[in-house]
Amino acid sequence: MRILYEISESIRIAFAQIVANKLRSALTALGVVIGIVAVTLMGTAINGIDVGVDRSFAGFGDDILYVTKWPWRDTEDWWNFRNRRPIRFDYAHQINDWIADHPQGPLKLAVPAANRFGSVTRGDYKVSSIFTLGTSADYARITRSDLKEGRFFSELDEQSGNSVCVLGFDVADALFPGESPLGKTVRIRDHEFLVLGVVARQGSFLGLFSWDSMVAMPLRTYRRYLRVGEEGEIRVQVDVNRMPEARDELRGLMRRLRQLGPDQRDDFELNEQGTIRQQLDPIKNGIALAGLFITGLALFVGAIGIMNITYVSVKERTKEIGTRKALGARRRTILLQFLIEAVSICLVGGVLGLAVTAGLTQLVAVLAPSFPLVFSVGLVLVGIVISVVTGVSSGFAPAWQASKLDPVEALRYE
Amino acid sequence: MSSPVAPAAVRRVVRPHGPLVIEIEGVTKLYRMGAETVHALRGVNLKIHRNEYLAIMGPSGSGKSTLMNMLGCLDTPTAGRYEFSSKNVATMVDDELAEIRNREIGFVFQTFNLLPRSDALHNVELPLIYAGVPKQERLERARQALENVALGDRLHHRPNELSGGQRQRVAIARALVTRPSIILADEPTGNLDSKTGVEIMNLFEQLYEQGNTLIVVTHEEDIAQHARRIVRLRDGLIESDGPSQQ
Repeated sequence: MRILYEISESIRIAFAQIVANKLRSALTALGVVIGIVAVTLMGTAINGIDVGVDRSFAGFGDDILYVTKWPWRDTEDWWNFRNRRPIRFDYAHQINDWIADHPQGPLKLAVPAANRFGSVTRGDYKVSSIFTLGTSADYARITRSDLKEGRFFSELDEQSGNSVCVLGFDVADALFPGESPLGKTVRIRDHEFLVLGVVARQGSFLGLFSWDSMVAMPLRTYRRYLRVGEEGEIRVQVDVNRMPEARDELRGLMRRLRQLGPDQRDDFELNEQGTIRQQLDPIKNGIALAGLFITGLALFVGAIGIMNITYVSVKERTKEIGTRKALGARRRTILLQFLIEAVSICLVGGVLGLAVTAGLTQLVAVLAPSFPLVFSVGLVLVGIVISVVTGVSSGFAPAWQASKLDPVEALRYE
Repeated sequence: MSSPVAPAAVRRVVRPHGPLVIEIEGVTKLYRMGAETVHALRGVNLKIHRNEYLAIMGPSGSGKSTLMNMLGCLDTPTAGRYEFSSKNVATMVDDELAEIRNREIGFVFQTFNLLPRSDALHNVELPLIYAGVPKQERLERARQALENVALGDRLHHRPNELSGGQRQRVAIARALVTRPSIILADEPTGNLDSKTGVEIMNLFEQLYEQGNTLIVVTHEEDIAQHARRIVRLRDGLIESDGPSQQ
């Protein structure tokens, strides 16, 4: 019980102290404000990387396995993959047949996909390096993207090989500024394609791929006008809760389809979104580490300010410490009093810093929407914890000194 | 001419002593000041009983302050025996001493030593916070203590809103609020004009008559004469110890 009374007394003194020395407290807190702003802004940027990646991959879905010739991870022995047989598009049918026979299985739906990068034009408008995808009508069922307007191409479009396409948001925006592209045509490789729909905006992150700069069309159309060969991939939607089982099942199925003997190694790869994420992790961690180190320095300077002001406070109030000790304050009581004082200033600075960061994040969101800064509750907690830790660690030495003062000398101090 | 003093002298009561509170035997205290060693106390023996009114006198450098710090458990002797209510103080560590100060001793300082930013009530409440007394009881006891020193109408005044005599009465209320075994006053009238000083000494007289144990450290003869017993120190030794003249 006594410790609670002492703590509430200490909080009372701390705030009286801050109020009594407004300017001094404000200047000291400013150091912490700057430190916390630096650290939490860094935090929002790191959060932002995650969100940006999420946004970029939203169209892919985390429940898709990609059957490809090449692995997505870094490889040093590329020549081992080069001579693999192509991934044939009709595997998609065969996989879907298997799925029809095993409705309780972990696999859900397979679609073929072929792609190239190329330019898309419409009259005088031209966009380059557009990811052009040939796939089946089922693609609309496995993608996470919604259409902004129009419709996805149908089974019928696919079977007839109609010259139709669906545009990503940025492509539509660039080729048809201020107008709807529905019912109009775009030109790819000297051939006209009727626009059936536009995909809603996904946003992109640091130039990473997104749905916004792509064009999708039926596979048959794609192969007729854009590329004839068998270079493609199969995307298989699976039950995301049974991912390992799905991998095993799909691997076995692919080995049967490719007629691999028991002693032959896989000549295909099963990739998932996580593979790319894993590749991004070291980059993200590097940014985080360097950023936090640099911003940590700002916080360190703030902490020195707190330590300094706490030493000053102890010096100024030596006689008061003596009086309190004479009245029965124990070492713990005095230690706690000055620690709470240091923590209080840090908390005031920390809360102000968080408010500044929240404001800046809002501002950036308005001025530069694509720049990913994400403020979160977690960040508030981290900011508060950092403030408290800063207060405790910078206030400890002076508070310890105060607690050890000899009451006789402290009382004599003028 | 002597009429203001005479009635007090007539009414003067000497109460019977209670049990032993403080027992000091062969206490010495050495300070190291650079290369020199100062013998502040050279072997002091002293017994103080409950409900005594004692003055400690001596010129500066006599060891008076050192003895007071020792009695107040602010300091421990270099050698010798010090028992407070039969507890051996000489070997106690900081926090045990703080405990004794909190429960057994009420301090009254020459410079009052009130917290400047707290009102009278909070100043008096402070030792009870350190004693772990719950808030309601704290406030009630602090208020009561202030009423006992006739400051019931000044509960929420800060020290800078009070006169010197009122400040010292707040300090006395603070000393009394824990119901300590002894009140230890260090030059309690040193910062007051003589009229206010007399007021404070009259208050001490009352406290004594109510059964408190008072130790007043002073270098003023007429202040010391208020006490029933005077201990005189010189060069770290007790020079004389006996009843006051009046």
